[in-house]
Amino acid sequence: MKDDPRNTQSRVKGAAHDSLIHDSAIKHVTGQAEYVDDITEPAGCLHGYIGGAGIAHGRITALDLDAVRAAPGVVAVLSAADIPGRNDVSPTGLMDEPILTGDLVQYHGQPVFFVVAETRDLARRACALARIDYDRLAAAIDIDAAEDAGYPDVTAPLKLERGQVDAALASAPHRISGQMRVGGQDHMYLEGQIALAVPGEDDEVTVYASTQHPSEAQHMVAHALGVPSNAVVINVRRMGGGFGGKETQMNLFCALSAVAAKKLGRAVKLRPDRDQDMEITGKRHDFRIDYDLGFDDQGRILGVDGVFAARCGWSSDLSGPVTDRALFHADNAYYYPAVKLRSRPLKTNTVSNTAFRGFGGPQGVIAAERMIEEIAYALGRDPLEIRRANFYRDGGDITPYHQTVEDNILHRLVDELEASSDYQARRKAVLDFNAARGVIRKGIALTPVKFGISFTATWYNQAGALLHVYNDGSIHLNHGGTEMGQGLYTKVAQVVAEAFQVDIDRIKITKTTTEKVPNTSATAASSGSDLNGMAALDACNQIKARLVEFAARHWGVDADAVQFLPGHVAVGAQMVPFNEFIHAAYMARVQLSAAGFYKTPEIHWDRAAGKGQPFYYFAYGAACAEVSIDTLSGETRVDRADVLHDVGRSLNPALDLGQVEGAFVQGMGWLTSEELWWDDAGRLRTHAPSTYKIPLASDRPRIFNVRLADWSENVKPTIKRSKAVGEPPFMLPISVFEAIGMAVASVADYRECPRLDAPATPERVLMAVERLRG
Amino acid sequence: MQLRPEIRLLLNDRIVTRARLGATETLLDFLRLDQRLRGTKEGCAEGDCGACTVLVGRLGPDGLVYEPVNACIRFLASCDGCHVVTVEHLRGADGGLHPVQRAMVEHHGSQCGFCTPGFVMALYALWMANPHPSEAQLERALQGNLCRCTGYAPIIRAGLAMGGYGTTDPLIAERAQVSAQLQAWQDGARVDVADGESRAILPASVDDLARVLAEHPEARIIAGATDVGLWVTKFLRDLPLAVFIGHLDGLRGITETDDALHIGAMVSYSQAYGPLMAEFPHMARYWDRIAGWQVRSMGTLGGNIANGSPIGDTPPPFIALGARLVLRQGEARRELPLEEFFLDYGKQDRRAGEFVESIILPKPAPDTLHAAYKISKRRDEDISAVAAGFAVTVQGGAIAGARLAFGGMAATPKRAAQAEAALIGQPFALESLQAAADALRDDFTPLSDMRASAAYRMRAAQNLLIRFWHESQGTPAMLEDAS
Repeated sequence: MKDDPRNTQSRVKGAAHDSLIHDSAIKHVTGQAEYVDDITEPAGCLHGYIGGAGIAHGRITALDLDAVRAAPGVVAVLSAADIPGRNDVSPTGLMDEPILTGDLVQYHGQPVFFVVAETRDLARRACALARIDYDRLAAAIDIDAAEDAGYPDVTAPLKLERGQVDAALASAPHRISGQMRVGGQDHMYLEGQIALAVPGEDDEVTVYASTQHPSEAQHMVAHALGVPSNAVVINVRRMGGGFGGKETQMNLFCALSAVAAKKLGRAVKLRPDRDQDMEITGKRHDFRIDYDLGFDDQGRILGVDGVFAARCGWSSDLSGPVTDRALFHADNAYYYPAVKLRSRPLKTNTVSNTAFRGFGGPQGVIAAERMIEEIAYALGRDPLEIRRANFYRDGGDITPYHQTVEDNILHRLVDELEASSDYQARRKAVLDFNAARGVIRKGIALTPVKFGISFTATWYNQAGALLHVYNDGSIHLNHGGTEMGQGLYTKVAQVVAEAFQVDIDRIKITKTTTEKVPNTSATAASSGSDLNGMAALDACNQIKARLVEFAARHWGVDADAVQFLPGHVAVGAQMVPFNEFIHAAYMARVQLSAAGFYKTPEIHWDRAAGKGQPFYYFAYGAACAEVSIDTLSGETRVDRADVLHDVGRSLNPALDLGQVEGAFVQGMGWLTSEELWWDDAGRLRTHAPSTYKIPLASDRPRIFNVRLADWSENVKPTIKRSKAVGEPPFMLPISVFEAIGMAVASVADYRECPRLDAPATPERVLMAVERLRG
Repeated sequence: MQLRPEIRLLLNDRIVTRARLGATETLLDFLRLDQRLRGTKEGCAEGDCGACTVLVGRLGPDGLVYEPVNACIRFLASCDGCHVVTVEHLRGADGGLHPVQRAMVEHHGSQCGFCTPGFVMALYALWMANPHPSEAQLERALQGNLCRCTGYAPIIRAGLAMGGYGTTDPLIAERAQVSAQLQAWQDGARVDVADGESRAILPASVDDLARVLAEHPEARIIAGATDVGLWVTKFLRDLPLAVFIGHLDGLRGITETDDALHIGAMVSYSQAYGPLMAEFPHMARYWDRIAGWQVRSMGTLGGNIANGSPIGDTPPPFIALGARLVLRQGEARRELPLEEFFLDYGKQDRRAGEFVESIILPKPAPDTLHAAYKISKRRDEDISAVAAGFAVTVQGGAIAGARLAFGGMAATPKRAAQAEAALIGQPFALESLQAAADALRDDFTPLSDMRASAAYRMRAAQNLLIRFWHESQGTPAMLEDAS
């Protein structure tokens, strides 16, 4: 019996739910992980660089590129007329985003021409030699200016409505209206945008790109070239960070490099420097939120009327779904008996804002939390009491978009966190500390997150996988999801290891390519594992079904006597090593390859009516943060943060913990030190890490306790009952922001809601302190 | 004078010589494009993200010392006679991981992995000096490394554990051999190389530097290149003739006399830390907030001053201390108070062919309270919105002397004459500091920019005087001191 694997190996290495290291971890630390810029360039590879406009709004009256063409090393200079196909990369098909503009300049830095030269340095230098004359037009840089100038929405706004909000507000015992401004955020992925296009024969081209959405890049390149999609291959092994910034923003770079490569018959690489990357790629939308709120003496919300205006930039990009999602999350965890929410996706003369982790959701959630604060300060109560009074109740309450919340675990989650963080005692200690009226003040807050999982564009909720089992028993895994550091490749491989009961080392994880899985969705909306894990499992199950059928026939046993056990297949009483089993199947001409597919069930959404079930399920979390502020300088420090987060039954607790910790600090950056600043000419002046400050190691909470709610299991049959993890924890550090607010409010004895705007830079904190001191 | 028409350096385990080399070729481009060592990444090309961190070993008076640098803004020419170590060198001959790499893998310290080689190299530099660092030491060592994925927690955990993975290390094993090689290269020659229109000179000595500048007063002097590097990588400026001086040991000394510290212009921030804080402990926290480790290893005190930036970190506290500058032109030297060196925005009192040779920092006067404060959007590795150095002499309860210097408030680092005047002769009391704070409005008309508004700059500068008062009374007035 010693040889029976049931005794010797109870579990395969790298099965689902194991805390396996990231599949590329060793390559990361040794510098061997290959990013696009590390790929050995084809012989004769050229380098492109984009020449941008020097004004924020106006018409080009003369474009003189002679000096650029004559510059050393320049091989070609392309302008709008050189795009052979459609000069557009608008992702939702509104045709409002030219690759190169030939006439109208709509933001500072907008691409006008494309230089291709022997080296990147020569291309950059040549760009500076262009002479462009303009007829300047008045520019509207921010939300207020756009409104004042009567600028249109870049895309159709959304309204969510339920109940009679006007009546509810009119009859409410308490009513508060206010305004909050929430800043944007640059992705600051460490690897910037990049594309390397290699021309093929006929109409073919292959592009190596740093993209979260290979299929869209494929379609955009095809449109720009005027060729069918089957002529274009997009490859991406890994990205050096994405966060939503490579969901659509890489299209420009892919299209330009591909057009030049086909025109010149040579490979062309395009990598903007960090400054240009930040100047010409979109960011998280900044919002101005106007709210009108009615509530009763117990702090229960009776009605909410909110308008969410966003700086969308010069084109629509994804601003429609982003501003939609802000409305979808303007309730966060709270039931609004009567509600009206409207979005205003405003056009501005700035770079076109785009997807960023949370996709508008964070701006909705922070508005909900601001309203809770308003109630708490107005009634002189602990905001946590107000939160509890308004949580969705189990099973009954419906959201502003008419979906019933059926899986709410916040009551338990928040109770546990309140206890484990010692919230009550620490809140008292903070109040005592502040009573000494010192220069340094403290604040503490415990805030929840409820985040809807699924693309609100329902058709995006599909995925494919391609799985080969070779006749030596090795497995080749491919799916449509992309790896940007989140560990998707690792998690999906774990699903496959589990399905076949083989060690994960047997599975080769391969680059994402449009050649293997077509029509994929962006790896976005936290959906990567949910969708691609299920698609891969479907492929596994197809092959396994064939193998079971084969084994039953081959060994003459019942199908249910065939079992996949660690490293082996049990066929009746016989234990066949996996390799031998696969070889036997191959010899018996069993197809050992399958294309898997998955589409999320149940969901539907009627945007015009503002009704439906856009989300398959919700992910939950809560965080308690304690901060100190310096009331003389406005500087802040996060003294402690405790997090309890719900990932369902985790596919990989180590990777999920990394997502939660990372999202928390990234969200802290959004709400504290990361500030986008445009000058009067509409030029972004925070366009590199020297001026745009993301958190450092020393900014993370001084004490940082992060736990996964290990008791949680998805009520829906998702992949291994796990939940999405990418975005939901990004909103946990709203606790930091509110704690800063409390510390500020202490200077006026908490009589007034501090009404901080985000990000809470030292300047905003100090100015809020001064305002409250009067 | 011996002339050498090439540079030579040790790159990992190979000797590299280059005769055709201009001033502006960066170490990063050399590694990635020329040597095709692509483990070292470009994240920002301005010395702020640390993805390009490599170690540069240099044989100085204290033997072979390795420091982390930003390869993106380090010019290759300045690596003459050095050992450049990239992430590719860490892996053992058997392919095994280095202890630092193992710690990072086992603690899930990488996600997207792009910043990871830089973190590994910064941690490695720390590991060599201190394999069992504290959290605070780790945070300081990693101030120059940005990670956008992990939130740093797992990297810190890896750093705390990295001392527990053994001591197998290539640089320890090769130390004698590398030292011998670098020693053999110390030929006392002047290096003079060029590529097309760009020429780089590395003088043989300080005296040779004086000669070179006498011959070429138009030459651009490059110290640590932490600013000039950006002229090249960001603004594509040409450098027809650059004279590199960071390697000159004659400018890297710190000597102490009875009443002052004499600091060679090429002393780096890192090198200055120990001697400076022994004498001026009030600057320790301020110093910790200057840049990241890589830039502190490259950047020099003389460079920071000669650069003349209104937001340079060293002038405000140094001016408050009464620092004097020694400038040299040929064999002639002159000395002037530091504040007088800064004439206007981008304009300093430095003549053609003249260079900053040393800085004299008088030891603290008796009965004098000192402070150095910096305010920035992010606590660490950020450029000041406002910086200040204060030295207030209190005798018999009255203010007998005041030197209040500010950065970020005017076109140059500048003393606040009106505020100082408001203090002199007044009792040392909160009201006096408040009066000085009011007087700051007559001293400065700050600008609004991406770092702060004019209103914030003024209010924060005023409040620093109030903070100074609280601290003088032993009242906690900084976040670090709050319980």
